[in-house]
Amino acid sequence: MERAIDLTTTYLGLELAHPVVASAGPLSQNAAGVRALAGGGASAVVLYSLFEEQLRAEANRDAALLDAQEDRYPEATDFFPDVEVTAKSAAYGYLKLVEESAAQLDVPVIASLNGSDLGGWVDFARELASAGASALELNIYFVPGDVRTTGDLVLKRHLEIVQAVTQAVELPVSVKLSSSFSSPGNAALQILDAGASGLVLFNRFLQPDIDIETLGMDNAFELSTPHEGRLPRTWIAAIRNHTQASLAGSTGVESADDVIKYLLAGADVVMSTAALIRHGRDHTRTLVAGLESWLARKGYASVAEARGLLALPADGRADAFERGGYVAALQAAKQRYGSL
Amino acid sequence: MAYRLNELCSIYPITPSSTMAELADEWSSRDRANVWGTVPTVIEMQSEGGAAGALHGALQGGAMSTTFTASQGLLLMIPNMYKIAGELTSTTFHVAARSLATQGLSIFGDHQDVMAVRQTGFALLSSASVQESHDMAAIAQLSTLRSRVPFLHFFDGFRTSHELNTLTMLSDDDLRTYVPHDLVRAHRDRALSPEHPYIRGTAQNPDTYFQSRETSNSFYLEVPGVVRRAMDEFAALTGRSYGLVEYHGDPEATHVLIVMGSGAQTCHQAIDHLTAQGEKVGVLQIRLYRPFPVAELLAALPASVERIAVLDRTKEPGAGGEPLFLDVTSALAEAVSNGERASLPLVIGGRYGLSSKEFTPAMVVGIVEELQREKPKPRFTVGITDDVTNLSIEYPADLDVESPETHRAVFYGIGSDGTVGANKNTIKILGGQEGTYAQGYFVYDSKKSGSRTVSHLRFGPEPITAPYLVKEAGFIGVHHLSILERVDVLRTARRGTVVLLNTPFAPEEVFAHLPEPMQRRIIELELELYTIDANAVSRAAGMGNRTNTVLQTCFFAISRVMPREEAIAAVKASIEKTYGRRGADVVKKNHAAVDAAIEHLHRVEVPDAVASDKGLIAPVPDHAPDFVRRVTAKMLLDEGDDLPVSALPVDGTYPSGTTQYEKRNISDIVAVWDPETCIQCGNCSFVCPHAVLRAKYYPEPALDGAPSTFQTAELNAAGLPGAKYTLQVYAEDCTGCGLCVESCPVKVVGPAAGTGGERKAINLAPVLDREPTKQNVAFFEAIPVNRRSRVDFAQVRGVQYLEPLFEFSGACTGCGETPYLKLLSQLFGGRASIANATGCSSIYGGNLPTTPWARNKYGRGPAWSNSLFEDNAEFGLGLRLAADLQTDLARRRLEQLRGEIGDDALVDDILTAEQQYESDLSHQRARVDQLKERLDSMTGPQAADLRSVADHLLRRSVWIVGGDGWAYDIGSGGLDHVLASGRNVNVLVMDTEVYSNTGGQASKATPMGAVAKFASAGKETIDKDLAMQAIAYGNVYVARIAMGADPQQTLTAFREAEAYDGPSLILAYSHCIAHGIDMKKGLDQQYLAVNSGHWPLIRFNPVLRMAGKNPFLLDSPRPRFTLEQYQRNELRFRMLKNVDPEGAERMLEFGQAQVERRWRDYEEMATRGASEFAADAKE
Repeated sequence: MERAIDLTTTYLGLELAHPVVASAGPLSQNAAGVRALAGGGASAVVLYSLFEEQLRAEANRDAALLDAQEDRYPEATDFFPDVEVTAKSAAYGYLKLVEESAAQLDVPVIASLNGSDLGGWVDFARELASAGASALELNIYFVPGDVRTTGDLVLKRHLEIVQAVTQAVELPVSVKLSSSFSSPGNAALQILDAGASGLVLFNRFLQPDIDIETLGMDNAFELSTPHEGRLPRTWIAAIRNHTQASLAGSTGVESADDVIKYLLAGADVVMSTAALIRHGRDHTRTLVAGLESWLARKGYASVAEARGLLALPADGRADAFERGGYVAALQAAKQRYGSL
Repeated sequence: MAYRLNELCSIYPITPSSTMAELADEWSSRDRANVWGTVPTVIEMQSEGGAAGALHGALQGGAMSTTFTASQGLLLMIPNMYKIAGELTSTTFHVAARSLATQGLSIFGDHQDVMAVRQTGFALLSSASVQESHDMAAIAQLSTLRSRVPFLHFFDGFRTSHELNTLTMLSDDDLRTYVPHDLVRAHRDRALSPEHPYIRGTAQNPDTYFQSRETSNSFYLEVPGVVRRAMDEFAALTGRSYGLVEYHGDPEATHVLIVMGSGAQTCHQAIDHLTAQGEKVGVLQIRLYRPFPVAELLAALPASVERIAVLDRTKEPGAGGEPLFLDVTSALAEAVSNGERASLPLVIGGRYGLSSKEFTPAMVVGIVEELQREKPKPRFTVGITDDVTNLSIEYPADLDVESPETHRAVFYGIGSDGTVGANKNTIKILGGQEGTYAQGYFVYDSKKSGSRTVSHLRFGPEPITAPYLVKEAGFIGVHHLSILERVDVLRTARRGTVVLLNTPFAPEEVFAHLPEPMQRRIIELELELYTIDANAVSRAAGMGNRTNTVLQTCFFAISRVMPREEAIAAVKASIEKTYGRRGADVVKKNHAAVDAAIEHLHRVEVPDAVASDKGLIAPVPDHAPDFVRRVTAKMLLDEGDDLPVSALPVDGTYPSGTTQYEKRNISDIVAVWDPETCIQCGNCSFVCPHAVLRAKYYPEPALDGAPSTFQTAELNAAGLPGAKYTLQVYAEDCTGCGLCVESCPVKVVGPAAGTGGERKAINLAPVLDREPTKQNVAFFEAIPVNRRSRVDFAQVRGVQYLEPLFEFSGACTGCGETPYLKLLSQLFGGRASIANATGCSSIYGGNLPTTPWARNKYGRGPAWSNSLFEDNAEFGLGLRLAADLQTDLARRRLEQLRGEIGDDALVDDILTAEQQYESDLSHQRARVDQLKERLDSMTGPQAADLRSVADHLLRRSVWIVGGDGWAYDIGSGGLDHVLASGRNVNVLVMDTEVYSNTGGQASKATPMGAVAKFASAGKETIDKDLAMQAIAYGNVYVARIAMGADPQQTLTAFREAEAYDGPSLILAYSHCIAHGIDMKKGLDQQYLAVNSGHWPLIRFNPVLRMAGKNPFLLDSPRPRFTLEQYQRNELRFRMLKNVDPEGAERMLEFGQAQVERRWRDYEEMATRGASEFAADAKE
């Protein structure tokens, strides 16, 4: 009889059947979508991000619409009953999705909050916790478009948010962060020190392109591709042996090979949306089956055995690792493309 | 108070009472209980008649019931009021007393409505102030329950109903003590019940009706005592003491005024001023008017009184005197005749304050002086100049009797700019300070866009009882430069007044930019002048154009109403309270704006001498007609109060087309045409709500002498080689709404200079210099209007060349209704009679000073009239019937005079003309002109007869227009009847799906899930399918249109409806500010409304049925968007998610299902055979 392979893993203190998790994205916009993701085999589902600032902006827009109507002429000093227009009530749909998904699914549901400043994070985090989320992912999407913003300030903003939220809720909190720190590894560790239970590496910044016909900006969103997994894997490998916290690899998960690479680098779970959009929700099973057969082929009894095999040792020199990789890459490129 | 003491509010919106009903609805939707623990039911009915009917039923069912109304609304309740009183039923109506529609409608206050119900058997109780209104509401309620006589409690519309003032309120506990619950149970016990049945409302006969009518006498006799007792108990509870009649003044007065309502407070002030000077004068305030308290009146009048002036805030043409005057006179005469009084004082009667006309202490002094003359006028008016019947009296207009302790401030703003809101907030701040009393009153002009607002504020250590505008202000704030260029903003300035100007100029430059009269007054009165660029400060603080916080801060900083530091702290605290719920960043921004305001506020060094020769901008141009220059111009200058009686038309008839003379320049950004890229499609001109985009084509030589900036392009139509085309923007009239830009199909590559946005063939751009525009418009106007016979009416492209005869209305910026009216005027204006239901369209269509319905160069144009709200369809039918009668007479006379006319061909052609299409009509017009010429040389009564009706030989186009409040609700029965009449009328319903004019109350057109007033919890029923109701008749032409979705279908529907010889109904989707949308996107929303299936475009043409074809045409494609995609752009739907998110979801689901169901029905109908539709017997 073939030996059963233990695929289980732990993420943010949650026991998961295997390491493939559905990441925040358009597939989890509604209850049916979330059910399909779980039904497709995801071991946990991160819901699409609640854009807190957007909600606040919408609430402010509504308030501005009301202002613009006020005291217009004597017969109509306003046009609506006095109804409170706040961002909180606009988040109702999301809270309900959390509540329904948490009640219906037997896999953990992780709520996701997207924003860039302290704003109403704490309030929303509390609401999400009481709606039944198993954990909370903070998607800190802060693009310092104002070039006077210093790197220190960027990190400080992250730490403030993490501290505020983790103090406010009991739930485990992970932070999905960008790779654009001067020292991503150190930033990651500081964020964990600030109270986060885990990290998701990395957030992809939308990079608008220029449309040379309309002379405008093109904001078209593109799905990630496998080669984009290299950067997050590099940093997971660098951090892995410096922390007990959960690490999730996101971006560039197309095949089981990508999942395996993330695990070898040290990820506890691997998250995907792009592949599920390309191949359907059931693609999760293909990824898990591929992982299982690789583990069997290589003789590993569990995910845990393979995890972090290629992580940088805690006492190793990360810069040498990185520099080495860089030099090797240049050498390979020379061979392929000729002298650079 | 009314809400807390009742179980049912049966209501219908009407200004100025609507606010009471709206608050009741809001409270009810939030489950707020009355003092006995019941959440009152609030039911909006289809009319005030309906509200009174439901109320009557509820009273008979034992519910404590009330209503709120005014004006014609109260008149619609009269039949039920007789019933309610005849049955001795306890209820209190609350009325914000308002003028009646007579020679013109007025939303403002007087006692005409209340006086029209004094005979119904209701007791009438009057309040003179905000505090009294609160108190009398309780007193009336207790009195009606004790006496069983129904009460009408009234206070002055706007002056009291819309005044903000410091108020002490009774708690629920107080009210429970005051109105014992056993009285409520007694009321309930009198209800109809099958458990102990009896009948009420019998038909009585000559034998007993009379005696029965006398049975209630004893109840009425008791009312004064009951009210007296209720007032005494109220005084014991609250310390506020009132009398049925109340005398104030010298106990030995020889000259006394008698008055009712807010005017009593004004009289008090003037009497105090006069008695302080030793005058033996007094004033008697009447609170209980019916039953008239004769004994109390006689007792309260000082025995010394020799002369009395009775003041009525009403008008009864033809009466011997106004009602209160007659009541007082008869009471006194009777007292003298029966020996109760020794002598009869001289009593004179006067009218004051109609339609909220100012009533000031100076006028009261004038009345006293009149009374003191040897021979005072027996009947007089005050506050106006009557130079026709010379009834008006003089008064010392400059007199100011206000306490110097009272701070007074006047602010000039523009509607929705935040000025009024900020002032309301200031009143809250100051009124909330211990020992400070505050009052605010707000005056608006008559436009819905860019209207001028004037706020009148008072603060002081004593209660403020001054129900009139501020006459001398210690502070004047002018929040827009454009206002001081047009009106005298320093009218209320006194020596040393602090003046704050919001201008873009540096402090050292400001003075030079002011008009000469203003400079002179600033120097003469040594005014303290301050300036701030509030727009720049607000923008810098991230608040866009909301300057309210900045300007409010400036007021607190320099007005000295409070110590500066304390004031700033109070403003900041208030910001936290107001904006806290919108988030910390909003509060932060506002706080930053407060600090920045102080930083950028500058005192202006005023030079010693005037340095300008610039006067105020002339309100109308020199070439305007005499009436406009003499009369309209005065109204535009805010000097309409000075117009004498002789200046005004005797019967409410005003000249057409006067908006063209009022160049309002309300927008800083206006449409700019790009001739290079324009494809001349006419879309922008078609959708322009204000008719500011006009197109003409002309031969090239017409350009001789054109101003250098005049724009032109090659005409791109076939068949007119060498012709030029101009799309002229009437920039001074443009409101910058942007609908034209949205409708432009051209997308030019590359952003417009300086805008960064996408560019089209028509764009919005800041106005830099208005002068070239004026010259270009003048030149454009001189180019002849294109001949109608050369224009293809059937295409949107062609319509741009038709002259609009509805132009520059004061409708909201980006209004969704007015493009339809403009189209109507372009297509049929020269021969149209229009009946306009009361509502938005009657206000922007007919509110003085200037009106938009215009004439063409032949002097022809729409003949427009507004009768009432409820009767518009019937009124329009009347116009049709009269036209048909006159046409019939003309045809008969024409036959009779055939020989004398001597041109058989002409007579035959006239009598047999088709008159369906424009070419037929222009031929017929030429024939009629020829006939009239012939008739001018003929004599005899028949020829004269024919001459008087000859114009009716040209088919008259009768239009009945209005909004959904009229068509779906109050006028629904009449509309139905008119459609069923088979007569050739054209009904245009501009459907905003809500009562827009009165501020967004739900109608039966309001869609499910929309939040509106009276549907605070979201409307729970679907909207009525009025189209299907009309289609059921078979002989009614019906179209549902939406210009923003399919302008061509709109045009086709208008033309088919008008050509159809029978009733036509056009339902026109009209986006509206009350939807809570970005008005620039109004047309996009129309597109979504149609393409989500919310508003399917249809036409039902009985002509097709007659031709054996399917008359039902489904003009819009199968829905391509979900209902949610349409609804999410509108606050009216989004709002429900705030109130009731689950309900919102449920209603959306229901709504989507309904859309699909209706679509299936329509598709099925569109595929039926002709015989499956009702046929018209006319066939």
